[in-house]
Amino acid sequence: MYKLYTAILKELRIMLRDKAALAVMFLMPVLLVVVITSIQNSSLKMINDNTVPMLVCNRDGGESSLQFIDALKKIGMFDLQKADSSLTDKQLTDSMHSHDALIAVVVPQGFTSALKSKSQNITGKALTEFGMSVKIEQDSSALVKEAPPVAMFYNPVLQESFRLSVNGALKSAQQFTENRAVLQALYLAMSDKKLPDSLEQQILNNKSVINQIPTAKDGSRKIPNATQHNVPAWTIFAMFFIVVSLSTNVVKEKISGSFIRLKTLPTSFILNLAAKQITYVVVTLAQVLVIFSLGIFLFPHIALPKLVLPENLGSLFLVSIMCGWCAVSYGVLIGVYAKSMEQAIGFGAVSVVILAAIGGIVVPSFAMPESLHLLMKISPLHWCMEAYNTLFLEGGYMTNVLYSLLPILLIITAMQFVAIAGLKKQRLI
Amino acid sequence: MESAAIQISNLNFQYAENSGVVFKDFNLNIAVGERFGLLGPNGAGKTTLMNLMTGVLQAKSGSIKLLGKEISEDREVKKLFGFVPQFHSFYQELSPAENLEFFGAWAGLNRKEIKERTKELLSVLGLSNVADKPVSKFSGGMKNRVNLAIGVIHRPKILFLDEPTTGVDVQTRHAIVDYLKELNKAGTTLIYTSHHLTEAESLCTKVALIDEGKIIAQNDLQLLLQEHKQDGLEGLFLNLTGRSYRDS
Repeated sequence: MYKLYTAILKELRIMLRDKAALAVMFLMPVLLVVVITSIQNSSLKMINDNTVPMLVCNRDGGESSLQFIDALKKIGMFDLQKADSSLTDKQLTDSMHSHDALIAVVVPQGFTSALKSKSQNITGKALTEFGMSVKIEQDSSALVKEAPPVAMFYNPVLQESFRLSVNGALKSAQQFTENRAVLQALYLAMSDKKLPDSLEQQILNNKSVINQIPTAKDGSRKIPNATQHNVPAWTIFAMFFIVVSLSTNVVKEKISGSFIRLKTLPTSFILNLAAKQITYVVVTLAQVLVIFSLGIFLFPHIALPKLVLPENLGSLFLVSIMCGWCAVSYGVLIGVYAKSMEQAIGFGAVSVVILAAIGGIVVPSFAMPESLHLLMKISPLHWCMEAYNTLFLEGGYMTNVLYSLLPILLIITAMQFVAIAGLKKQRLI
Repeated sequence: MESAAIQISNLNFQYAENSGVVFKDFNLNIAVGERFGLLGPNGAGKTTLMNLMTGVLQAKSGSIKLLGKEISEDREVKKLFGFVPQFHSFYQELSPAENLEFFGAWAGLNRKEIKERTKELLSVLGLSNVADKPVSKFSGGMKNRVNLAIGVIHRPKILFLDEPTTGVDVQTRHAIVDYLKELNKAGTTLIYTSHHLTEAESLCTKVALIDEGKIIAQNDLQLLLQEHKQDGLEGLFLNLTGRSYRDS
């Protein structure tokens, strides 16, 4: 045990004296997690929480157009800003920039009269179907006008999915306005009285509710946010980025001849590898502690959602150890095969970035192209991400994370075998 | 008491199946208490032989015994010898005391023994005042002394030295050679390689000249010089190995 203790002490001393390596291991991931979570959080906030600025140019000015704008307002998705009705399309799009509005809506002239004509026509048809005599106010033209379309101008940076949501909202407001007009016309024709407001509200606002239920394994209703994804994701990235420090440490020992010297001593070299791995796994756990603590204690103070830890802390600890060990095994593997420190740093850093990209750290795995799905499964970071997602987003238990831990264990075993084979081939053990 | 510190019999070695044979039926005996110089031109096989004797490399066949025990037999044999490699094979980020703590533990010493030996060695080798400073800031000569201290921390019975004074000043070289003589007086057998023939002449009592994996001369240094009618090792060396380049 004393030999193992001195070996761990040696690794710790070397690591703690390398300030640049410490910055890469702790400062870089802290900055990454704060910056990326903030960026993603503001994007999500814009879509989920905030109202989107929208310019409204009402060229009609009639009752229905005002009802349409009111319905639009009640959706709660938009911050409506009134534009001068005399503006041309060109002037309107120019003023979108000055108002910081991504969307502008034009209610065309004749919107109210067309809607009125349409509702009276529908009412007439409906009453005739019921065999009732019709006495409705007809437009002087007596022709049913097709309502001119509402126009939507949008900034091309707007995502397709978000543009479709806005389009749906506009249609919903327009449908609401049309329904209201038909209902009022129908009531007037049947009772010669104006539809009472209270009844109108009851009929029009009686919407069915859609119950939304997240499919969490523990049955909870935690809402995934930028923090719940990014904190574990960038913690995994940080864990794997220690390959830069660990692999150069291994290469340095090879080049200096320390490995050869250790081979002449009456102690198994495997103990040196074990000490190295224990030390660096502890470092990865320290990274988890630091980054998760930031998510819990710092994020709420910088307007970011607080990290909510899974209830099953035992599973979280096990997943963190396995992810750390996997990262450390990868670092040892690169260190064994790299012939110089430059090779270890270059290959180590670039490969981790690539494995992170294909592993669902940068972009969630469900958003990756189909062609990358098979490749994704060879990335150890993917399985680490899956394990953390099971805990953080799905509220999973130990049995649920085993599905991801098994591939991690297989990858670790394979990397350890290949590393030891490399050391034997180089006559270092 | 063992009379042979090193006994090599019918040693055969080559690095890979398709590479040339380095040693074929090689034999060598080194008695206990000797200061033995393994000399030869570049590529003669000195470092390979030292790596075989210290267990860094495994022989294809044959036997290498240290004080009667086969080097490949068990790990405990490694407690019998110390190794001072040509390069600074230790941790530059650590201080001499920290390096000695680690290598001492790995050589089988306990905490108390390490503490005592560290104090003693740092004092003898003039490193006490820099005991806790990182070695990376040391001069070449100081690093060589740290390298030597690590090799002898566990009081080995046999000490292998691969060019222990490369790149050091005259003062350090003399200090190292004097210390090695002291060690030998105390009973440590020295196996030494170097291209520094004047130093070898001053340190070694017996030498073996190796060329192309074979011993071409071996005897007490003075007898060898008399036998070949030479005044010094350099003349003897050139006489036996020739003057052509030996680039490996």
